[in-house]
Amino acid sequence: MLEIRNLHVSANNKPILRGITLTLKKGEVHSIMGPNGSGKSTLAQVLAGRESYEVTAGEIMYDGKNLLDMAPEDRAREGVFMAFQYPVEIRGVSNMYFLRAALNSIRKYRGEDDVDAMDFLSLVRNKMKLLQMDDALINRAVNEGFSGGEKKRNEIFQLAVLEPRLAILDETDSGLDIDALKIVAEGVNALRSPDRTFLVITHYQRLLNHIVPDFVHVLAEGRIVLSGDKSLAFELEEKGYSWLEKEPVG
Amino acid sequence: MPTETQQIHELANQEYKYGFYTDVEADTVPPGLNEDIIRVISEKKGEPEFMLEWRLRAFRHWLTLEEPHWANVTYPPIDYQSIIYYSAPSKKQTVKSLEEIDPEILDTYRKLGIPLEEQELLAGVAVDAVFDSVSVATTFKEKLAELGIIFCSFSEAVRNHPDLVKKYLGSVVPYTDNFFACLNSAVFTDGSFCYIPKGVRCPMELSTYFRINAAKTGQFERTLIVADEGAYVSYLEGCTAPMRDENQLHAAVVELVALDNAEIKYSTIQNWYPGDDEGRGGIYNFVTKRGKCAGVNSKISWTQVETGSAITWKYPSCILMGDNSVGEFYSVALTKKRQQADTGTKMIHIGKNTRSTIVSKGISAGFGQNTYRGLVKILGGADNARNYTQCDSMLLGDKCGAHTFPYIEIKNSTAQMEHEASTSKIGEDQIFYCQQRGLSAEDAISMIVNGFCKEVFKELPMEFAVEAQKLLSISLEGSVG
Repeated sequence: MLEIRNLHVSANNKPILRGITLTLKKGEVHSIMGPNGSGKSTLAQVLAGRESYEVTAGEIMYDGKNLLDMAPEDRAREGVFMAFQYPVEIRGVSNMYFLRAALNSIRKYRGEDDVDAMDFLSLVRNKMKLLQMDDALINRAVNEGFSGGEKKRNEIFQLAVLEPRLAILDETDSGLDIDALKIVAEGVNALRSPDRTFLVITHYQRLLNHIVPDFVHVLAEGRIVLSGDKSLAFELEEKGYSWLEKEPVG
Repeated sequence: MPTETQQIHELANQEYKYGFYTDVEADTVPPGLNEDIIRVISEKKGEPEFMLEWRLRAFRHWLTLEEPHWANVTYPPIDYQSIIYYSAPSKKQTVKSLEEIDPEILDTYRKLGIPLEEQELLAGVAVDAVFDSVSVATTFKEKLAELGIIFCSFSEAVRNHPDLVKKYLGSVVPYTDNFFACLNSAVFTDGSFCYIPKGVRCPMELSTYFRINAAKTGQFERTLIVADEGAYVSYLEGCTAPMRDENQLHAAVVELVALDNAEIKYSTIQNWYPGDDEGRGGIYNFVTKRGKCAGVNSKISWTQVETGSAITWKYPSCILMGDNSVGEFYSVALTKKRQQADTGTKMIHIGKNTRSTIVSKGISAGFGQNTYRGLVKILGGADNARNYTQCDSMLLGDKCGAHTFPYIEIKNSTAQMEHEASTSKIGEDQIFYCQQRGLSAEDAISMIVNGFCKEVFKELPMEFAVEAQKLLSISLEGSVG
């Protein structure tokens, strides 16, 4: 469902990704690991359509469509969701209002009517339970005054409500204590489905104890240097990343 | 694909949607200002002698004044002798039903989305519509009259309630107050008058739609609202203007008087023509608005949403004379293209235990310049006075400006003051976040700006709040409304 071919990306004329090739099939959970500065978050941002990055070569096909030709909002409406590493605060706009506007714009794109108010409320309640979200949080302004953990949980909550086909988690584990990490991971696991593909980006192996991936890829200096199954993650946990940088490109 | 910054610029440069004008035969006086012109205005309006004398005194004083230039705005010199000071729709001047009104005028209101008959029927809003200088329609008057409420055009009030006018006219804004208020006192042509008698709670929102038409006609309205002891009234003022080439001077005066235990809530939506991309042709809006909490426990609350005009110079203020009186000012001011706004408030604490709240939200886009200017003054006798001030500025794009000039003068050591201020920029981060959830950049900006203004919008009557949000998004579509 997602095919990245020979992707080269620069920011401010500085190359960051230097030829990424990666195929994600429907329903699979892939994890991207790598040291700081390896380009993990850049990959996520480029998939979501961030304009501050320049794609200098390569292509990304999403369900047979050229993803790079699509505006960020159209990618979202086509089912691409990114849980942000640093979720943004929007003052004065309630979480509930925001989510409903988002859901309705996605529905409109699909030619569907606006969501019924009661249906939306029960959908939201349902998903709140899944993420063990506090009632108060949903009526507060988007991420305003949220703790780091609450913000991350809110991202996964949005994911649950918007039901994307491709979910990208950009270092969702950073800033979470172990209890919050478990809740978030359980939420993600509950959302795993044969129709939903996950790309889980993380620096640490610990998240992958809870969200067990089908494949693990290691990114270093803008290239995938190693791919394997979940055992690769444990190996990295033991050895760290430094040894990889001397390995030949695999 | 355009960058967010480009998109913001495109949004900020949207055309004015209400740029049309109505062709109505106008009964006008020649341009220029002298005592004869003032006599003509007064005569045309059939005014009693005291009114003419007051106008002439104002005019003579005005001749001694100079136009003020302390505001943070720039504009070419105004030639006061080229302005036409009186213009009235020349067809029937007194109307009892909407059918008698010039169909073109009604059509203009329809374009503005404020059909009188619908409002009359659906909204329960009594509308005193000012078209150019003469009121052409007043509704619900009879229903209000049953309660003893007087709600009419200023001209009618001068003729039918001269004692009330004599007593309160200039009691809050004397003609000596400032250059523009003085000019208005000499030449004002019409406006609204409202009196709520003792103990009466006005059962509906009172509303006036102002509209400037006829080219080169300065519009000088005068509004006077008096809430007698224990009375309550909520007054709505909203306006848009047709597109014209030359700058139109608008120097209104609004006076509010609240006696013991009375409350006045005054809400404004202002959407006059802001000028073209270079700022040509927009309205100069130099308004003096002031309320006097004359009685104990009285309250005056100003809420304004300012999106129009090339230049806005406006400080709705409260004089808190009565003990325990309360003054409030809630403001959203949006400047885009070449618009300049210098707006804020003055809270003058005189009575004991007086309280005031100021919440100001300035939004700048395009080349817009937005200035908050406020004064909180606590006089020596104002024991235990309190003020809370919050000034927030938001910038869209990198060519606009936000400025804040908060003045505080305290002469009583028991005063408590709080001041909060912030400046933020709608970041690409925020817009991208919304886009990543499926919202367009335009919807994202509209949502973010409306969220920013929420604390002010919640002070508006429900219908008006919806309108204000729409207006902000429209102003920001190619600028928001």
